[in-house]
Order: sequence, then C-alpha cells, then structure tokens
Amino acid sequence: MEFDLHHALNNLTLDAEWVGLRQVSEKSSTRYVRDGNPEANHKSRTQGVMVEVLANGQFGYAATNRLDPAGIQAAAEQAQHQAIAAAPWAVHSFTTDVRPKAIGQYTSSLQQPLDAISVSELVGLLTQVCETLKVSDKVVQTTAMAQTVETEQRFVSSNGSDVHQHFFFVETDYAATAQDGSVTQKRTDNGQLARCYQAGVEVFDPVSVLARARQIGEQSIELLDSEECPTTTTTLVLAPDQMMLQIHESIGHPLELDRILGDERNYAGSSFVKLSDFGTLVYGSPLMNVTFDPTVPGEFAGYAFDDGGMQAQREYLIKEGLLLRGLGSLESQTRSKVPGVANFRATSWNRPPIDRMANLNLEPGTSTLDDLLRDIEYGVYMESNRSWSIDDYRNKFQFGCEYAKLIENGQLTKTLRNPNYRGVTNQFWGSLVKVGDRSTQAMYGTPYCGKGEPNQAIKVGHASPMCVFSNIEVFGGAA
Amino acid sequence: MSQILEHWERSFNKLCDLLLNSLTADEHLSVELSGEQSHFMRLNNAKIRQSGTVIDGEVSLRLSHDRRTAIASLSFTGDLEVDSILALDALQDLRKELPQLPVDPYLVLPQNYGSSREIYAGQLLAPDKAPQAILPMVQDVDFTGIYAAGIIIRANGNSAGQRHWFATETFCLDYSMIAPSEKAVKATLAGQSWIPMQFQSQIEESKSQLQILDCPVKTIAPGRYRTYLAPAAIAEITTMFSWGAVSESSIRQGGSALAKLREGKTLSPLFTLRENFSRGTVPRFNTLGEVAPEEVPLIIKGELANTLVNARTAKEYGVTSNAANSSESLRAPEISKGTLTTREILKQLDTGLYLSNLHYLNWSDRPSGRITGMTRYACFWVEGGEIVAPIKDLRFDDSLYSFLGKNLEAVTDFQTFVADVDTYGGRALGGCQVPGMLIRDFTFTL
Repeated sequence: MEFDLHHALNNLTLDAEWVGLRQVSEKSSTRYVRDGNPEANHKSRTQGVMVEVLANGQFGYAATNRLDPAGIQAAAEQAQHQAIAAAPWAVHSFTTDVRPKAIGQYTSSLQQPLDAISVSELVGLLTQVCETLKVSDKVVQTTAMAQTVETEQRFVSSNGSDVHQHFFFVETDYAATAQDGSVTQKRTDNGQLARCYQAGVEVFDPVSVLARARQIGEQSIELLDSEECPTTTTTLVLAPDQMMLQIHESIGHPLELDRILGDERNYAGSSFVKLSDFGTLVYGSPLMNVTFDPTVPGEFAGYAFDDGGMQAQREYLIKEGLLLRGLGSLESQTRSKVPGVANFRATSWNRPPIDRMANLNLEPGTSTLDDLLRDIEYGVYMESNRSWSIDDYRNKFQFGCEYAKLIENGQLTKTLRNPNYRGVTNQFWGSLVKVGDRSTQAMYGTPYCGKGEPNQAIKVGHASPMCVFSNIEVFGGAA
Repeated sequence: MSQILEHWERSFNKLCDLLLNSLTADEHLSVELSGEQSHFMRLNNAKIRQSGTVIDGEVSLRLSHDRRTAIASLSFTGDLEVDSILALDALQDLRKELPQLPVDPYLVLPQNYGSSREIYAGQLLAPDKAPQAILPMVQDVDFTGIYAAGIIIRANGNSAGQRHWFATETFCLDYSMIAPSEKAVKATLAGQSWIPMQFQSQIEESKSQLQILDCPVKTIAPGRYRTYLAPAAIAEITTMFSWGAVSESSIRQGGSALAKLREGKTLSPLFTLRENFSRGTVPRFNTLGEVAPEEVPLIIKGELANTLVNARTAKEYGVTSNAANSSESLRAPEISKGTLTTREILKQLDTGLYLSNLHYLNWSDRPSGRITGMTRYACFWVEGGEIVAPIKDLRFDDSLYSFLGKNLEAVTDFQTFVADVDTYGGRALGGCQVPGMLIRDFTFTL
C-alpha cells in the first residue's frame, strides 16, 4: 500500500506544540567506465521520513525508514522525548515562527526525462568518451562517470504545511590522466564532478560531450610538456570553473550564520565574519555582487521551499562589495537577529536541516573577454579546480588548478602546469579589479559540500563570470 | 541491544536466504548490509543545538551473470515482509539491466572465504539521559561538539555460502573546549561503555589544558620550523594515505603520491605504516566478503612493502589481493612507535612549533607528495623547550618525501587511538593508531 504522509500526520497520537513530517524518496543511478571497461553500475533507492517535534521550545527529531503507522508513531514519540530531554539545555527557545505554514510545489526544469536514454546507450556513450579521451598512448587512464538522481520530497506539518518538490539531477565527470616519465597530469571536464545540474538527459548530447572529451585528452598531453606555473605575485585571471570553488570556500562558508553562531566550531569551523559585520563590512571591491538564488533554472541547488518551509527567493548577500545578508535559516535569523535566506537544508530524510549554501552566484559585470585581458601586461590565467584548502575561519586559502596560461601583453600565450595561488579572503576579494560580462559566465555545482554534525554532504550550485584579481601570489608544483 | 540485534540479524539472514534461493544456477549474488540505530546530540557552548535519533539500514545486492555485474541498493527496515518485496523487485530489475551492460573483464565472483560472527555489546547512555549525564560537568566552559551513540552493523552473505555479521555498540563524544582566544582543546572520548568517572577525568584534564590557551596569541612568520606533530595531527596526515596513495590501482593508473616509493625512493627508516585489524574496531571482511589478513605491512622502515589490493585490481594486474576494500583505502591504519618519550618532546623540539591538530589537508602536488593544510586548535610556539604562547593559525605546504623522509627526526614511544568520527551517510567504524612525530624544517607558507 502506498504510504500517505498526510494520513500518517493525521493519525499521530501526540500532544505536541508542532509536528512536521518530511518524506524523501530518492532513486539514483551511477554509471562509471574506466579505460573503456565497466567499472561500476549501481542503482540506489532510499526512502524515509524525518519527524520533527517542537516541545518546550526545543525541536527533537527522529528519522526512520519504517513507513508504516507504527514506525511513524514510534519516531514521533522518540522525537518528542528528545525535545523534552534537551529543552532545559536548549541553545535557544524556538516557536512555530521558525516553521511557517508553507504550501506549494516545485519541479526541476528539464528538456528530456531521465529515462529517455537507455542503460546501454548511456554506458555506450561513456565508453566512447573514454575512447575519445585517449588521444595518445601517454594517456594512462581515462574515466567517464554519469550519475542521475530523482528526488521526491514532501513536507507536511501540524500548522498546515504541504509542500511537494520533485527534483531531477544529472552529474557527469570525464577525466584523462597523462604520464611521461616522472610527469603526471590530470585534466577533467571543468574540475572533478563540476558539471552538476538540475536537468534531464539533454546533458548527454553526444556532439558536445565528445568534443569536450577530445579537448580534455589533448590538454592532458599538452600539460606534460608545458612549463611550471611561475612563482611570483601577479595579476590572476580565474575562469568560472575555478571561481566556483573560490566563491564556495571564501564567500559561502564564512557567511553561514550557524558557523558564525558557533555550531560548527568542532567540525567545519567558524568564520572571520562577525554578526556585527552585516551591513557594515566591506567584503571586497565595489565590483563584487553576490546573490543567493535557488530560483535559477537548471542550477544544481534550486528549490521553492527550504526544509523548514521558508519560501526561497533571490537575495543579495553582498552588493557593490558591502556585506548585507547571511546564509542563515529562520532558526539562525531568530538566534542572530541578522537577515538571512531560505537555506535550512538536509541531505536526506536521515539528517536534520542546517544552514547550507544553495545556488550562490557572483553576478556578471560589464567586461568582455577582450576587456578582461587587454590591459594585463603579465599575469596568469587558471582553469578547473584540483586542490582546495582553507582555514577554519575561512581566511588563509590555497587553491590549485589543472590548467593555466601565461598572459603576456593582453594575450593568452604559453600553457602552464601545476598552477596554484594563495591568499587571505578579505584582501583577495578587495583585489577584484574586473568582472566579466554574461558572455564569460558559466554555471557549475558539486554534490559534495560537507558540513554539520552529524555530517552531511549536500548539493550546491555556483555561477560566475571570469574575474581578474591584482597582486596575487601564484606558484607551481614541487621541484 | 540484544533484542534489536537479534531481530535485524534474523531478518537479514532470512532476506539473504530468500534472495539466494531465487537465483538461477548461473547467477551469482552478494548481499551487503550497512545499518545503524543512532542517537545524535549536537552541542554548542555547553547547550544543545539539535538532538535526535536515526534508524537507517541499506542493503546492496551485487548480481553477476554472463560476465556482467551490477549493484542495486535499497532500504533495509528489518521488516522482512517489506524488505523482501523491495529486494526481489531490485533483483528482478538487475536481471533486466545486466544484458544491457558490456562484459566486465575484471569481474570478481563471490567466493566462500569462511564465515564470521562478531558482536560487541556496550553500555550506553539512554538517549533521554545523555543531556544530564554530560552537560552539568561543562557548564563553566564553552563546550562544543557532538555526542553520537548506538548500534552499528555490517553484514554480508553470498551465493557461495559465506555469511559475515559484525555488530558493535559504541559512543563517541567528539568535542572542542574553546578558550576566549578562540583556540581550543580538541578531544574525543569514545568506547563501548559510558563510564562516568572516565568522562569526568577527561573533562577535568581538558579544562586544565584550556588554561594554557588563554593567553595572547603569537603570530609566526611563514618559514621552516622544527615542528612536533601530536598524534591527532599525524592522524590527519594518515588520512591522506587513503586518498591516492597506498592504493595499488592508483599507483598503476597515475593517481598515487607514493609512486616514487615504487620506483625505489624511500621515506625515513623511522616510518612504518601497516593495516592492523587486531583491535577489532572494524570488520576484517570487505564488501565482497573477502577477509583481510590481521596485519598488512605497507611501508616498513621507509620502504614500500605492500600496497592495498582488492580482488578487482588483483585480477586486472595479475597481483595478489590482500582483501582491501573497493577504494583500496586504509581501514585499520597503525603507524609504529619510536623512542621519543613524552618528557623529551618539548626538550628535543627546543625552539619551534607544537601542533596538536591539522585541518583541511589536500594534495597541492600529488605526484610530488606535497600536502597543504592548516594548523588548528591547540598549537603553540616553543622556545628553549618551554611553551611560550598559542599561535595564530599557519598554513603548511610540504612534501611527505621530506617530512616523513629525511626531515623526520623522531617518533614518540607511545601511540594514541584516534577514533574515526565521520558520520557522512552513517557512523564510521574504527580509527587509527598513531604516534607523535618530531620534524625538522617543516615548511609554512602563509
């Protein structure tokens, strides 16, 4: 018999201030081909319900995959016991204001449904990708991976919420590793698993996929004989596929209100941003405009409501360099008195929601590609993240890329390998001197943004134009 | 614990029987279970941020037929009626899928390597008693972290007749005690039985360590320094060996930082790394049901002795499997002790950095073995063998061929078990057994 969430809520015998049920059903498939041979073919289904109960100002939760009346009733009672036991020690006394009544629906925009490609067609395409990546005998490993995910989420509550959201995700990753003597170089499709979208199988257009595969293979070979990235302080131009990581690590995480409130200090860390900085801190140059926007069609982390029932909408976090708003849910907004966004999100039914990024984008400026490069006498252009590390206050970072070009007299010239750069967040964004226009913009994402105790890896999306930064420390690989 | 466990074990075994009995003669099946019943209590400033329970189980069916293989994972609820419908559907779905897949040249069929049954019962706090047991003791400090407790299960059965069952009941209190300077004492109390005296004693020790952090922070310029890495910092470095390092397939496919060891380069003779399953904190069987040797020497006195090899890699490259997991990552790592006594650590360090923890490590140049990361928590500047002040966080960027090679000066004569507190997807098992290390010229860049 089909599980009915409304029925389950209505049948609960529980004397509570508020009860919410969030059901998640997810079907995913992973197809992974290495060197033209099948490496993994995996289908997965998970379903369960997260029950939240408010008692004495504290939320308690219980997650179960027993989708029957007895299972849900037992979970609700456990959640209530948790709330009651925790309430005397609560970090904050909440009310139902942080679980507003929410009614609505959302469906990912897609052109072709996920089942419009057969298993054999998809695996066949991935095998072709491997063959295309292998442009030379020096390519020692080729990989092609595709993951499709369909997630259906329903949220009902005792104060009348009724939200149904239906998501379709496609994630792909194509990579070539080339080797010549002691030199090894890996090139991927804009960074490891960076091509993550809410989409259908239109993503698997063979013409586009195989053209990219050929370029990845060729560039892996090109890197073998290229010069090391120089060690110097210079002008740095970052492509959108590296800007994604830069935005994520040095804007997204430090602006999460739960980090600033201290929840993450034992795991992901805190933030250099203080609650008093909202409305006053100059985060970067006046060219810097950053939005939180789960409404962008096709971007990886779009939705209509967060997991607490707050309606999602586009908000400026940083406008003309000034910090305005945090990445904080209604719970964090109540605790901090700082304006936030609809970002109370959980990985699945078995984790409680916390403050997360969703789609976090750097808005385009006015410079064309020629404008960005024209005045650079000497500099380095970098593409595609391969290494990332930043401190627990989100200050001192060091990021590495797969591929770089020297910029000389306004032109991209020699290819450079092992490019890295390092900096400190606030200074770095203050060095933003040019922002590309919409023609230089691209959109990426990742399913692996890790945070929270218990840990949760969640989907985020980032769009950015190409950007220019002055006086940045760049360097190459080890001697 | 016993009632729940017995129920899940009975239910898993019946599900296995049902699935295996439905196979045709030329089909091969492995059934894997991963499950937990957990209580999580998240703490901030000695208060509760979130508290709840999770009952979760996932069963994976690996079906092989006609030189092809595919996996289906689905929820495991313990209700045989529900689970059997889902599992039989999934099996049917796999049968439809296999003919659409290409032949797998490295297919590994299930075998019977022998069965096992291990159950480690514990004495845990009842979920609604945990706040009162933990929080009164820490009301005078900024105490932040997570308490996680409950049952963890791993099991495996296959069409060759093999069955494994591993169940353990554990808790882990993973916390930071944070000074006004925002520096912190980081510690973990983990085990199978909650012992109030043990908790009290550890908290008192953490509180005494906290006092030393409450003095002005010293800024250290980037450069090369004599550095002591405490066991928790070495544990972070040890995790890097699981990420493109000790895996045989990664060495073969150009993805390993240890390829130079295969070519004859060596690390310090003071450095020895092995897999050691004798502690019993993780099951020795992998997802294929293969059972690893109790000990797998990997790097012995600086020389590469073995890599981690799973059956698939073994088949591809014609080498011998040592029952590594699918990612050929470390499951029970141990780094050998040396001779540096606790009393001698600061004296031998003399002037330099004492680092309790490292944070956010990544390869900055993997083929060269270069790792970057940050200092975190209780890290100090030491002069003349005396702790002077906590330091402002520093970024390091150095090659393991240097800091575990010619620059490794001494290894402590004690090891610490650093529990794996990972809870992505589910609560992790095990941890690593590591000493502290004294390094010459450790390179800091920012």
